[in-house]
Amino acid sequence: MKVVRKVELKTKNSFASIVGEENVKHSQAHLLAYSYDATANFQEMPDLVLSPRNTEEVAEIVKFCAKEQIPIVPRGSGTNLAAGTVPSRGGVVLLFNNMSEILELDQENLTITTQPGAITQDVSIYVEKNGLFYPPDPSSMKISTIGGNVSENSGGLRGLKYGVTKDYVKALTVVMPDGEVMKIGGKLAKDVAGYDLLSLLVGSEGTLGVITEITLKLIPLPVAKKTGIAYFNSLEEAAKTVSAIIANRIIPVTLEFMDKGTIGAVEDFMEIGLPREAEAMLLMEQDGSEKQVEEDIQKMITIAKENGATSAILAASEEESDVLKTGRRAALSALSRKRPTTILEDATVPRSEIAKMVKAIQEIALKYDVQISTFGHAGDGNLHPTCLTDVRDKEEMERVEKALDEIFQVAIDLGGTITGEHGVGEMKSPYLEWKLGASGMALMRNIKQSIDPQNIMNPGKIFAKETKKRLVIHGGN
Amino acid sequence: MVVTELQQRMQQSFKENVDEEYLMDCMRCGFCLPACPTYLVTNKDETHSPRGRIALMKGMRDGDVVWDSSVEESFDMCLGCRACEPACPAGVQYGVLIEETRVAVEQVKPKTIVEKAIRTSTFDGVFADQKKMAGAVKLVQFYQKSGLQKATRKIGFLNLFPPFMKEMEGVLPTIETKKKRTTTLKPKTTTVAFFAGCLMDTLFQETNRKTIELLEWLGANVVIPKEQQCCGALHGHSGELEKGLRNARANVDAFDSDSYDYIVNNAGGCGAFLSEYEKHLQSDSAYAEKSKRFSERMIDISSLLVELGLNNRLKEIQVESQAIVTYQDSCHLRNVNKVFLEPRSLLQDAPGFEYKELIDAGSCCGSAGIYNILQPEMAKKILDLKMKGVRELQPAKIVTSNPGCLMQMQVGIQREGLEDEMQAVHIVDFLYDAIHKNQN
Repeated sequence: MKVVRKVELKTKNSFASIVGEENVKHSQAHLLAYSYDATANFQEMPDLVLSPRNTEEVAEIVKFCAKEQIPIVPRGSGTNLAAGTVPSRGGVVLLFNNMSEILELDQENLTITTQPGAITQDVSIYVEKNGLFYPPDPSSMKISTIGGNVSENSGGLRGLKYGVTKDYVKALTVVMPDGEVMKIGGKLAKDVAGYDLLSLLVGSEGTLGVITEITLKLIPLPVAKKTGIAYFNSLEEAAKTVSAIIANRIIPVTLEFMDKGTIGAVEDFMEIGLPREAEAMLLMEQDGSEKQVEEDIQKMITIAKENGATSAILAASEEESDVLKTGRRAALSALSRKRPTTILEDATVPRSEIAKMVKAIQEIALKYDVQISTFGHAGDGNLHPTCLTDVRDKEEMERVEKALDEIFQVAIDLGGTITGEHGVGEMKSPYLEWKLGASGMALMRNIKQSIDPQNIMNPGKIFAKETKKRLVIHGGN
Repeated sequence: MVVTELQQRMQQSFKENVDEEYLMDCMRCGFCLPACPTYLVTNKDETHSPRGRIALMKGMRDGDVVWDSSVEESFDMCLGCRACEPACPAGVQYGVLIEETRVAVEQVKPKTIVEKAIRTSTFDGVFADQKKMAGAVKLVQFYQKSGLQKATRKIGFLNLFPPFMKEMEGVLPTIETKKKRTTTLKPKTTTVAFFAGCLMDTLFQETNRKTIELLEWLGANVVIPKEQQCCGALHGHSGELEKGLRNARANVDAFDSDSYDYIVNNAGGCGAFLSEYEKHLQSDSAYAEKSKRFSERMIDISSLLVELGLNNRLKEIQVESQAIVTYQDSCHLRNVNKVFLEPRSLLQDAPGFEYKELIDAGSCCGSAGIYNILQPEMAKKILDLKMKGVRELQPAKIVTSNPGCLMQMQVGIQREGLEDEMQAVHIVDFLYDAIHKNQN
């Protein structure tokens, strides 16, 4: 690991005068502990770790960093899956452990305002206690922060019906790269005053500013929900079921998919009696009124059976349904039981193409002789093919890389994208141009350049030094 | 950076002792973070999280960090409660990794003369030999009976020690002289070998007596193999695994008989290590089979009491609930042996009490073996958090399954000035009293 040392002692003292001595960390242990996130094979040490206590302190930090040209990497809980919070150019890692409060629940406007460090699940539980609902539920919600979710525009298991984080962000307080504090949006149902800056900031991965306060939209908590589980003898049957459900005009909350490898790994962890012999599994959840829920869930079970499900049943209880969802959320980590390294992708295609994508992933795994397990938000066309490998095996890693390249290419050819919900970060930056094209990249560069001309905000993310050579896929072998 | 000779040796020691494959199991998803007590009480400091510690172990091995006080502190602050293990979807064997880390550190780290002396007398002396433990306890007994205890408390002799030691001294149980064990009440069907535990058999002798009495009352034939030793857990957790395994082998020999249906223990901390003898001795050809037999028959007291039908016996005694009882998990009983339903089911059926769950009952109380003595500040923070939940619940009894937890919870109660309202008790004592007080 190469360590870039940019921050001197004098600088450390300057930061201490802003945030207080106790909120400046630079011990060896700290620099290492903030050198990674949940992305395999990316690691770099920061020079300092800071925990500001309020927006004003963040603004002071940013002003100082702008003057000294020190990189700033905002970090939630470090569960990022695209190396978005790895301080690849060193500099300052900004933590929000001192800015983790829920500030206001507005029952009249149905909004909640939080600091960026609030844990997603805490917010979710808090609003549900008040009969309200915050739908975005990334798999890491027990650990992830709202600030991280906003910066990455995180999705989750409920995206099919309720959308993703950006659909709930109403207002933001942002410290811009020059240290100016900007408030955008508001508790408004409608707002077309100028460009949609909220949309620009949400999902900007810390490259345009530091988000210090967030107002989220809430909706009433649905009265009922039910979960169905279906098992299949082939991936295609499961994929066809997904398309058939949507084609039948049902929009369930959750339509999750796990293949055989994933089912086995989750079962190893949870020991809940999942059938290891099943080739694929679908988790189907609907919420709403009692009547609607019952109707939709029965229809989905019927559709699953019509499409070849070996078993399609209703979860016996809410507990069982929760256990199954917990299992699905743990899928990626559980898969890492199998091999030392897990490299996952986030390819997303239009829903209608899901069966083709699943089939292509199987073929690619065979072609390059790599082990790929797939799970994901089938209803969103958002799959997580996960390569199980070992970074220490250079030859295998080369094949893994080729396989992943091809998965990206197939997804784009099917009208899809390289990342549905994890973000570009550093990991997928070499592929971004495949999706956006040269003109799309140029526009993004211009935006970045005009907002952060010194490139101090999370440098090395989204924009790659070099774009990967694009694959040309020949039909057949 | 100049790397000293000590730092080089330390890196080498990590390479030799800390298993790379186990380290590679961690994919850094962070699912362990919310389960880690030290991460939570340090306002989410990653260096005090399982993920951070594993990264540091790997960093030490790979040479990305060199040994210094910050790295050492990260490892030292680990409670070893292993709450991260059930939370880990990837199945990382954190318990093994932190034990290996402690071995790696102990082999190289220079010790002060005092520390050396304490380690030798503790691990080679008192905890290695049941007779010495009994002797040490006699001193405590003498200290208590002679009035010296009162005197020292009065003159503030203990003010010379860290505050936590002082508080611990305050909650030491009064040691009874060994009484003759009671006889059976029912025809015997199950034979149970009792692992008495060094602390349990000395400081908590009364609890052991009641354990045997309860088992016999339920129709078990209880045998106490004579050659048994301290389980060795404290050695293992302190980087002295080899010394711990010396005890392990002695215990495996002492309990190697086909006539035992179960080997029962009543201390969660010991139980976990006892059940892991198999894992630790699997490469020792003379002990692989034997230790497997040993670990397979190991059972904790709550599970055995449930197995022997205590729940029904408790239900037969019908008394109005008058007070709240709650349960503080023993970390190792819960996280290693996965036993948490059984003690709760017994408490739910206990006559005269209403069971209520303590908030975060599964999270460590800060006792963690001798952690509360070694890391008093962090232990206090963790206990304070625990006591917040206790204050909200207002139980009359806080039931535990391990002597360390019992004393720690009692310290918490005293520190909050709640000793007139509640009491920390061992589950066996609690059940025994609930039966005897309410039976006509």
